[in-house]
Amino acid sequence: MRFSASPLRRIEPALVPVINLAAALVLSALVVLAAGSDPIEAMTALATGAAGDGASLGYTLYYATNFILTGLAVALPFHAGIFNIGGEGQAYIGGLFASLVCLFVGPPLGWAAIPLAVLAAAAGGALWALVPAWLFVTRGSHVVITTIMFNFIASAVMTFLIVNVLIAPGQSSPESVAFPAAVWMPSLGGLLGPSPLNLTFPLSLLLAIGVWMFLRLSRRGFEVRAAGANPEAARAAGISVGAATVMALTLGGGLAGLVAVNELMGAQHRLLLDFPAGYGFMAIAVALMGRNHPLGICLTALFFGALYQGGTELSFDMPKVTRDIVVVIEGLAVLFCGALQNLFRARIARWLGPGAAA
Amino acid sequence: MSEAGTELLSIVAATLRLATPLLLAALGGLFSERSGTIDIGLEGKMLGSAFAAAAMASVTGSAWAGLGAGIAVAVLLALLHAFAAVTQRGDQVVTGMALNILVAGLAPVLATAWFHLDGTTPALAESARFGSLALPGAAALAHTPLFGPVYARVISGHNGFVYVAALAIPAAALVLRRTRFGLRLRAVGESPDAVETAGVSVAWLRYRALIITGVLCGLSGAYLSIAAGAGFTRNMTAGRGYLALAALIFGRWRPVPTALACLLFAFADAAQTRLQGVALPVLGVIPVELVSAIPYVLTVLLLAGFVGASRAPRALGLPYPTGR
Repeated sequence: MRFSASPLRRIEPALVPVINLAAALVLSALVVLAAGSDPIEAMTALATGAAGDGASLGYTLYYATNFILTGLAVALPFHAGIFNIGGEGQAYIGGLFASLVCLFVGPPLGWAAIPLAVLAAAAGGALWALVPAWLFVTRGSHVVITTIMFNFIASAVMTFLIVNVLIAPGQSSPESVAFPAAVWMPSLGGLLGPSPLNLTFPLSLLLAIGVWMFLRLSRRGFEVRAAGANPEAARAAGISVGAATVMALTLGGGLAGLVAVNELMGAQHRLLLDFPAGYGFMAIAVALMGRNHPLGICLTALFFGALYQGGTELSFDMPKVTRDIVVVIEGLAVLFCGALQNLFRARIARWLGPGAAA
Repeated sequence: MSEAGTELLSIVAATLRLATPLLLAALGGLFSERSGTIDIGLEGKMLGSAFAAAAMASVTGSAWAGLGAGIAVAVLLALLHAFAAVTQRGDQVVTGMALNILVAGLAPVLATAWFHLDGTTPALAESARFGSLALPGAAALAHTPLFGPVYARVISGHNGFVYVAALAIPAAALVLRRTRFGLRLRAVGESPDAVETAGVSVAWLRYRALIITGVLCGLSGAYLSIAAGAGFTRNMTAGRGYLALAALIFGRWRPVPTALACLLFAFADAAQTRLQGVALPVLGVIPVELVSAIPYVLTVLLLAGFVGASRAPRALGLPYPTGR
């Protein structure tokens, strides 16, 4: 064992993801080429679309907020060894709870209803995660199945409620009446340029720090990690594995529920059909690519947010390249950074010199 | 025959049609998972096959060429899955999700580039699709009491894929239970060390398991786009890959219970369209939107009540050799 490791060794953990990401982008460029367009032009359009001016950057951060929240919603239960595929449904039910507060408590209370609505969103998401968690602990029902089923159930229930109950009178499109302006999440669009960026973005960053502190510094967080790392040992140490599992999944559900705050209270200002729009599913990629670490999740969320926003611009500039190219880039990024992360690692380690971790 | 009887027969027939893509994909996932590789990527393999089959059938006008292309693409995706999960020892769930996302983007991009339609392939002519097969004697026997209508309406008159899927159940059970390959496949999912010690390659077994998964997902996807449907549309698998995975876990990684779970999902799906607007005793008329939730609620209730804890293959999700 050599102690005098090459100083280059320190950059290895940062270099490996960068090279993997570069490989994903090169392959994406080849796909653009195969689709009959100029990849350089497409990548430039993507980058300017994502961060070319203040408004674009605002949109990027606005999308990133959803990915941070849902990414954390997957990562937190993951530390307890639980795979939460239910972010989609948890966000949807969070939206129901938040909307009810905004619509019925908002008019009498005014801005004071905002914190209530935020809590309601978290409570809705947590509730929708609590049932699968409870079924897992008491009945052994597989969480992957139950959370998938709860996505479908949430979708059916919400379609019913929006189309039949909460729809704005005289409206034909499936959405509720607008929330009173007093309960809109305060906008941050003025900071960077006109965009739906709102206070949920700094809130999501605080929550990322909070999740890190919970997992690393708190006793409950330690129990969650112990339950995930080795349930037998945790049980032997007197930790209630069941309680830790339920807590992790429920807290995750609460985080997913907050997507409603960003989307509905911050941007759309009404409840509308299918607003979670796949964020809950994409979150699995965000969490895994970010190695389930809050910092990694924030960085990955930023990248995904940039892709979302850049892709929208791209489809305006280059009609031949559909927005779906963004999904291709996401898929390749997850493949290279998540699944094939060891593909280049040994080669990089050798290149960086002795002492580099293989 | 009474009207209720006719209705029942048509629900059963619809159940068989709707179960087919689920069944093929779930049996495909069965091989992968029994060998120790989690396959959350069934959805992507199905979607890739659905696109390739429709694109090839549309260009060549041949349904068989389409089927070949569909299977080929699904097997290629399965090999990519195997390379990442088995050779590179990458996280299996991430790999599967990556495949799903990649295909969900790639198929509409290529469809738009090649056919200049928005993410779809051109509608296929009747000759470029697989039609339904009338089994011998269906028409002649149709008026035999009881057996005639059942034979003519439920057993005969389906697409060839439906019969293939039905035959795949005993075939999968037989391969897993009664062949040397099946024994080794099950062993590698439980105790890869023992298999490697016996001189059999763990990696090659898992590759072969995933190739079988690819073939079955290829059939499943092709069924959607060139047999049941007439062309590829964006996200045409619509979560069936995830539902197939749920059926597989629900069926405790065994062929026959898995098939029953697929039939249950399909039956709920088939019954749902007929329950709309029908007044039930006690419950009254259930709104359309809520009726569609019934199969999922049923699954959760069954899981919580009857099935209880399911035991996965012991080495499921673990790369081999373990540790680093």
